[in-house]
Amino acid sequence: MDSKSSSKTKTVGVIGVGSFGTAIANMLASKNPVMVYARKPEVVEEINLQHTAQGKALNENIVASLDPEELCKTCDILFFMVPSSGFQEVVRNFAPFLFPYHLIIHGTKGLCLNLKEGETLDTVQKIGRNQLLTMSEVILHETVAVRVGCLAGPNLSKELTLGQPAATVIASKYNEVILEGQSLLRSEKFQVYGNSDIIGVEISGVLKNIIAIASGALAGLGLGENAKGLLISRGMVEMIHLGNALGGSIKSVMGLAGIGDLVATCNSVHSRNFTVGYRLAKGDTLEQIMGDMEEVAEGINTVRVMKAFLETAELRAPITENLYRVLFEDLEIEEALQFLMKYPFNVDVDFV
Amino acid sequence: MEEKYIKHRYEPIHPSKEEWPVVKLARERKDFVKKVSGLAEEKVLSITAHNPDILKEELETTLYREKLRIKQNPWVVDPDDEATFWGDVKSALVQISTEGGKSKKEKLEGYKAILNRITSRYAEEIASNFKHSHYKFTRSVVTFGFSRLLNAARVKGFKSIFSNQYTLQDKIQITGETDQLRDLASKGTVVMVPTHFSNLDSILIGWVISVLGLPPFIYGAGLNLFNISIFAYFMNSLGAYKVDRRKKNLMYLETLKTYSKEAIQFGCHSLFFPGGTRSRSGMIESKLKLGLLSTAIEAQRANFQNGLNDIGGKVFIVPVTINYHFVLEAPSLIRDHLSITGQERYYQENDEFSNSYKISKFLIKFFTKGSDISVSVGKAMDVLGNYVDKDGNSLDKKGRQINTRDYFITDGEVSVDHQREEEYTYMLGKRIVEEFHKINRVFNSHLVAFTAFELIKKKNKKLDLFDLLRLPEEDISIDFQEFKGACEMVLKKILELKSQGLINTAPHLSQPMDELMKQGIENVGMYHAKRPIVQGKSGDIGTDDMSLLYFYHNRLTGYGLEKLF
Repeated sequence: MDSKSSSKTKTVGVIGVGSFGTAIANMLASKNPVMVYARKPEVVEEINLQHTAQGKALNENIVASLDPEELCKTCDILFFMVPSSGFQEVVRNFAPFLFPYHLIIHGTKGLCLNLKEGETLDTVQKIGRNQLLTMSEVILHETVAVRVGCLAGPNLSKELTLGQPAATVIASKYNEVILEGQSLLRSEKFQVYGNSDIIGVEISGVLKNIIAIASGALAGLGLGENAKGLLISRGMVEMIHLGNALGGSIKSVMGLAGIGDLVATCNSVHSRNFTVGYRLAKGDTLEQIMGDMEEVAEGINTVRVMKAFLETAELRAPITENLYRVLFEDLEIEEALQFLMKYPFNVDVDFV
Repeated sequence: MEEKYIKHRYEPIHPSKEEWPVVKLARERKDFVKKVSGLAEEKVLSITAHNPDILKEELETTLYREKLRIKQNPWVVDPDDEATFWGDVKSALVQISTEGGKSKKEKLEGYKAILNRITSRYAEEIASNFKHSHYKFTRSVVTFGFSRLLNAARVKGFKSIFSNQYTLQDKIQITGETDQLRDLASKGTVVMVPTHFSNLDSILIGWVISVLGLPPFIYGAGLNLFNISIFAYFMNSLGAYKVDRRKKNLMYLETLKTYSKEAIQFGCHSLFFPGGTRSRSGMIESKLKLGLLSTAIEAQRANFQNGLNDIGGKVFIVPVTINYHFVLEAPSLIRDHLSITGQERYYQENDEFSNSYKISKFLIKFFTKGSDISVSVGKAMDVLGNYVDKDGNSLDKKGRQINTRDYFITDGEVSVDHQREEEYTYMLGKRIVEEFHKINRVFNSHLVAFTAFELIKKKNKKLDLFDLLRLPEEDISIDFQEFKGACEMVLKKILELKSQGLINTAPHLSQPMDELMKQGIENVGMYHAKRPIVQGKSGDIGTDDMSLLYFYHNRLTGYGLEKLF
């Protein structure tokens, strides 16, 4: 129950040193001392001795630790930058050391399931909104921290690392979280916007991964820019309808975290989700792709989860549904495309 | 049908009235009112950014609305000098704006003086008039009167007047975390938040508080209740402060909130009906009025700011649910609900308790026909909705001790952030609603009303709610066996929810089904001229009044029980 005294230079915590985590840690370290958390002792050692993380250069302001308690004690502000598959577990490890004064900002685009013990996505088949958790909801669910925010937007790690201009959105119900995040991250080359609709922003970030896989597939098939334009605009409509059903507002989908991120990801060969689609179109199977990808493409899990959600929601999401069949039911990608071309989209835009 | 439950005798937690916070507050009333009006004035000034033009506009809006109120909706309780006072405000306003050559600062001073007059007037009006002698008298009248009536009704013969066979606690069952409440009330400050269904609630809860041996709570009671002098007397002596729902201007709302916050900080246990008014639909409140609730959070933060970090400075939120078989005002409540569903409109306050004949008729009915009332006290929480242990420590979901102060900390210091506290208020509201559902006690009358309505709805799937309610009563008939089967199904689900701690039941629900249903049908809305459920000679179930049935049915919405049908 210790509350720390104030100090001018605050150490900021970053949990996870994947590509995005490393990029953010470096950006934070240009202004404040940073402590990162890594699970593997050799990674911690590498960071502390050589200032690199898995070969990538790290700012000298960064120290690493294996100990969640140490991070929570040292830092009032923590950035959770871990993949959604391990998110719940990492948050649980930190929970005993988190107090209500901690500010948490996460940068994870994914969904977790809140199922009863013993249940899995395979056994339940369909899930309702209350069984779906966005990452901020996971944090609220597992810890006493309440001042929670998320980082979203077109943040391709490779470009961030190169110091190319970019922008991000910090979404939180709490103005102080947004302001704090802005003051920590904003720089000449990095613009930070605020948004109070955290659910909408998180959902946008999740859903765009689905469209990114589809976009990769189009590119893999070599179908050209007109087709991509069609996909992005139809994808946005689908994101809006799904986002609404999950409790987000249209505005957030239209913003940087929605359409901004969508456009960036759908055009990027750096994007993991794009790569999944691209390789599928080139004839690789899902197992092969998953087998030799270094980091997980969130979109695959998201497609599964959204498919189960669609079973309970009264709406159609043709791109998601067809992608599910391609990924998990051996539907040929060309056939899925045929289906989409014939799908009766009568109205271009029916939500404004 | 007497039920077994433990009747406690609670000793007062503060035997000497001199220790009662409300008595201390009454002693310092004059200074307190002044403090409240001063703080409210500051708050309004900071909201208007000390800008004379914005302040002027606020003052003019207030003036305009107040004049309109006086003209369109005057009440007996309004002071005689209302018109004069606002007339003076008007001329003062006119004077400042017409006098030329005044600097911005001079103008601001002028408007501030007017603002001060208004907040002082409001603070004086809101402040309670607790008098210990009146309190004592009222308490004994309520207890004596109620229990005389009760015994007269239950024990036959002349001697009944002096019989002590039944006490009030036979009729009004107080259950739940009463010991914790008493404990915490002696150590910190309690804010009680009950559900609100009937005008009787205010008196009932006042009586419950005194039975539990707690010093009187202050509470906001609708000014309309003060229209009736006998009610005004009761309210005043029970520590009520006045809330006037007609006044929605910034100055009034800020004064009211400041009063509430300062009283909590003063250490006065306090009570709000967080639903604002009585639940018109009969449902458990699901959307709370957050204005007064936010004052509990503000007071808690202010205590931390002032270094009161121990239990003495802690504010505890205690949800309470009140259940009746019967709500006197049900017909007009549900009528109001149905006519305002889907559209916010201004309606005139309509009081069923408007004359003493109606009140006495109600009381006699209430005490002559075994209608039970249950009051269940929920677990205490801190202002963020975390449960607290017996020593008042907040616990997180895993049972780990946490410090409420940490919620208000930025960079190691307690900080003021209104936007953050708005979110906290919203969270607290949600937690209170959750707790209401958990501690709500199902009565047999609720069970039968819910089941009957859902069966009728199922038989008329194509009708929307309003068409359903317009169904001719003579066309409605449910086969008794079908009804019984459905009651069993609902009860089973309720017991399942109970085992998960999501709802509670009255002990009479453990009776055999036939008896349970018989009593349920007898009890539901038992004094209404038109009965919500009637049983025909053949045993079939019907209704005299669909809307009333809907009202009593609504008590069990929010648990997903509809899905059973």
